[in-house]
Amino acid sequence: MNGVHDMGGMHGLGPIDLEADEPLFHEPWEARALALTLAAGAWGRWNIDVSRHERERIPGPDYLRMSYYEKWITGLEVLMLRTGLVTPEEMTTGQPQSGVAKAAPPLTAERVAGSLAAGGPADREASAPARFATGDAVRARNLNPAGHTRLPRYIRGHAGVVTRHHGTHVFPDTNAHGGGEQPQPLYQVRFEAAELWGDIAQRSAVYLDLWESYLEPA
Amino acid sequence: MAHDHDDYHGHDHHHDHDHDHGQDPPSDMTLRVRALESLLVEKGIVDPAALDAIIETYEHKVGPRNGARVVARAWTDPAYKARLLQDATAAIAELGYGGRQGEHMVVVENTPDVHNMVVCTLCSCYPWPVLGLPPVWYKSSPYRSRAVIDPRGVLAEFGLTVATETEVRVWDSTAEVRYLVLPQRPAGAEGLSEDALADLVSRDSMIGVALAQAPGA
Repeated sequence: MNGVHDMGGMHGLGPIDLEADEPLFHEPWEARALALTLAAGAWGRWNIDVSRHERERIPGPDYLRMSYYEKWITGLEVLMLRTGLVTPEEMTTGQPQSGVAKAAPPLTAERVAGSLAAGGPADREASAPARFATGDAVRARNLNPAGHTRLPRYIRGHAGVVTRHHGTHVFPDTNAHGGGEQPQPLYQVRFEAAELWGDIAQRSAVYLDLWESYLEPA
Repeated sequence: MAHDHDDYHGHDHHHDHDHDHGQDPPSDMTLRVRALESLLVEKGIVDPAALDAIIETYEHKVGPRNGARVVARAWTDPAYKARLLQDATAAIAELGYGGRQGEHMVVVENTPDVHNMVVCTLCSCYPWPVLGLPPVWYKSSPYRSRAVIDPRGVLAEFGLTVATETEVRVWDSTAEVRYLVLPQRPAGAEGLSEDALADLVSRDSMIGVALAQAPGA
């Protein structure tokens, strides 16, 4: 979706606010928000692409105003309701519905270290030969899906060169929408600054990781 | 008329640093997260001890000291550095680091000709096992928007001037691959132990918005 989250290349969003001796969490609730998101995710009712998309769907003005962990909590509340882990009545009252047995949390304290160490690898077995190889000239397609995508606007229509083949990875555009993992070859692609930014380009280049269906031969 | 500071109450914005007033009521976000946690614990959706264990992990176990050890090893062991640049995930695992948000690692090396910096323009992707949780500025709109179009201007805001003849490479983390910058080893660090070298490696130098510190600086 062409949302405000896709902000690469924009001007006017202010100076970078550096904070000396920044604490890991600015308020205790931020730490709880992080932990709640990870622990609730252990139910497996949604995947990382679904949760990312839920944060992108926060209306633009709110997205720009909210702090980072406020976005996380907002996304988490929506996902809890949609997947039925919490009912609307429970969210309103803050009380569990009566007569429902207490569940057993999948992520116990003993399992935290193992779960974080395992992570969630996104690579999968290749099911078809890769279309592109390192050194190939490619162009990012001009796709404008209304749903989740990891193809930023600032490279659409621009030409680059494949610099690495990462193997085959879960495709976020389908995985975020219940369409399954549909893994595709993932490539690292280099775009020259002059190709992206024209006259104002600096001596620089931008590298992105892009799925095969985002690309066409250049 | 003076602007009423009360306008900002309840937003819990990270600029509100004066939260040590014992008499202040809990913020909206404090109440909202507390209510959600209480509900989820009562329903058995989450285990409060697991929440504590997650927070403990990122407060005390997983942070940029991990990445600094990787860099120091690469500076002192050419064979390790070669493995790190070839297959970063495996080389980082040799030191015991890996897992969530570091499942697929790539390390990019700074040289006199190339300076690397990392961003996630679409959200906040960041290599947790080696750097911990990202700082607020990394997740902020100004950094995410301008790192790709004006990298030298962004670096200047961090106080870093990169020579005009040096190419700046910006790594936009659009997939599940996570990038770590291998900074250049500073001059004058030849006799230092691996531990002493690791002390020269800041979080920011591994994101690419700073250089490794010179010894004695």
